[in-house]
Amino acid sequence: MIAVENLYFSYRDGAEVLHGVNLEIADGEFLAIMGENGAGKTTLIKHFNGLLKPNVGRVLVDGVDTRDSSVASLSRNVGIVFQNPSHQFFSETVREEVAFGLRNFGYSGEVVRKEVDRILETLELTRYAETSPFMLSGGEMKRVALASVLVWNPKHIILDEPTIGQDYRQKEKLRKLILQLNMQGKTVVIVTHDVEFVADCKPTVVLLSRGRVLGEGPAEEVLVNQKLVDEASLLRPQIAELMGSLLDLGVPGNVIDTFQARRILAKSLLRV
Amino acid sequence: MLVKLPIIEVKDLAFTYTGLKKPSIVDVNLNVEAGEFVVLTGPSGCGKTTVCRCLNGLIPHFYTGEMRGSVRVAGLNVRERLTSELAEHVGLVFQNPENQLFSLSVERDVAFGLENLNMPVSEIRRRVDWALGATGTLEIRSSAPYELSSGQQQRAAISAVLAMQPEIIVLDEPTSFLDPKSAKDILGVVAELNRKLGITIFLVEHRLDLVSRYADRVLVMDEGRVVLEGSPREVYGEKAYLIGVGLPKVSMLFHLLRKEGFSFNEVPITVDDASKELRRRLTS
Repeated sequence: MIAVENLYFSYRDGAEVLHGVNLEIADGEFLAIMGENGAGKTTLIKHFNGLLKPNVGRVLVDGVDTRDSSVASLSRNVGIVFQNPSHQFFSETVREEVAFGLRNFGYSGEVVRKEVDRILETLELTRYAETSPFMLSGGEMKRVALASVLVWNPKHIILDEPTIGQDYRQKEKLRKLILQLNMQGKTVVIVTHDVEFVADCKPTVVLLSRGRVLGEGPAEEVLVNQKLVDEASLLRPQIAELMGSLLDLGVPGNVIDTFQARRILAKSLLRV
Repeated sequence: MLVKLPIIEVKDLAFTYTGLKKPSIVDVNLNVEAGEFVVLTGPSGCGKTTVCRCLNGLIPHFYTGEMRGSVRVAGLNVRERLTSELAEHVGLVFQNPENQLFSLSVERDVAFGLENLNMPVSEIRRRVDWALGATGTLEIRSSAPYELSSGQQQRAAISAVLAMQPEIIVLDEPTSFLDPKSAKDILGVVAELNRKLGITIFLVEHRLDLVSRYADRVLVMDEGRVVLEGSPREVYGEKAYLIGVGLPKVSMLFHLLRKEGFSFNEVPITVDDASKELRRRLTS
């Protein structure tokens, strides 16, 4: 479990970014942290592996206070994939890049090779194994960054803006991968303002705005709430807007995904 | 009869970057009329950015490779003109505003291109004020870009391009890094430049849900070629989602309902369209 208790944080020379955040993320939960640009989302998740330490309050990862542990040891359980993958690359080949974490944790050469091959296969990167990660497209770089974290099998996986620069097909693949990881019992936290992606995945949603938690709940409750959504500079998913405009015809208002909308509307259309 | 000449004229364009074997774009033919709002979309790696680079001369002057065919923009052959000359006619806005802003204040950034043209100071001032006004950034003119939100940064980047008073603005996924509210606002600014000032817009965008209401025409690229072209309604009526185009969810919904046997004359492109059509059907 990741427990954030009364977390206040300011960067050394700047204004306060997080003002008393409380959040509990249970093992195996699937959560989306959403909110406007600059809301403090990335600052918050950097506390999960100890990259940042609270000024006030505390963050507990599986019971361990992040102030009493190192980034290296917290990272074993908390894998964070950052938004801009090229900032985190430094190796000459994709294989080396992906192997780095495992090597650091002291695994033998053979285990490293096996695990790296397996994850490259899963993320359709095998053919780029000997390519420089900097030569890849934006979408491929994101997959390499993801592979370099998934390879050491962390218990909690945190993805910062995983859908930026991904097209529809890649987003669908990402959605399936996330659900698969979650089914395997991993905690998955995504930081995103892609409301349509969240409408498709339906995680629990936490709205963060100007360094505070505005609200949390199931996606189909939070994302249909016009007031909350406005306050967090988001928009309601299109399907929520559409169904919301037909409330007087007896259509339910808490529908956010296309497939459920199809089922409901097909029934209504058959009746007339 | 008044014959409108295309402001962007691309003929049989193909380009292969130096060091790559496969061309990034092939057989691209394109005519855009002055004042049109054109959206280009398609899966990652399909050649959208390469097309943008051809429109303002970054290809072939900055990115080297083998170029075939011709590109004329505002009557100028991009191969024969300097990029500095082209910049007065066609402005380019990038995905990440951080790559476009480098000064200590927004107005310095906006003035930069004009200063390079050796323009009188009074004219520079006039144009900077005008450009900031048009994008709603007057109140942040003295702010440093790093103090601004991404949405404000992107507005500043558009102002800098606008100050050159180009006839055409090319935007390459300008909303990717923005939250939905800022993305909607930025696309609103772009639509206003198109409607009020008559500037031709060539916009690469994945967020079709936000942009469809403004687009005169949508082009879909796949594997280096333009594979679909038409009004948003025509294009969304096709099975563009099969090649990785994220159609607006309301358009997808109608495709799904069609599969269940319900017939619709047209696929809606906005929530309003969809809502009206469903209301009509459900109350008839």
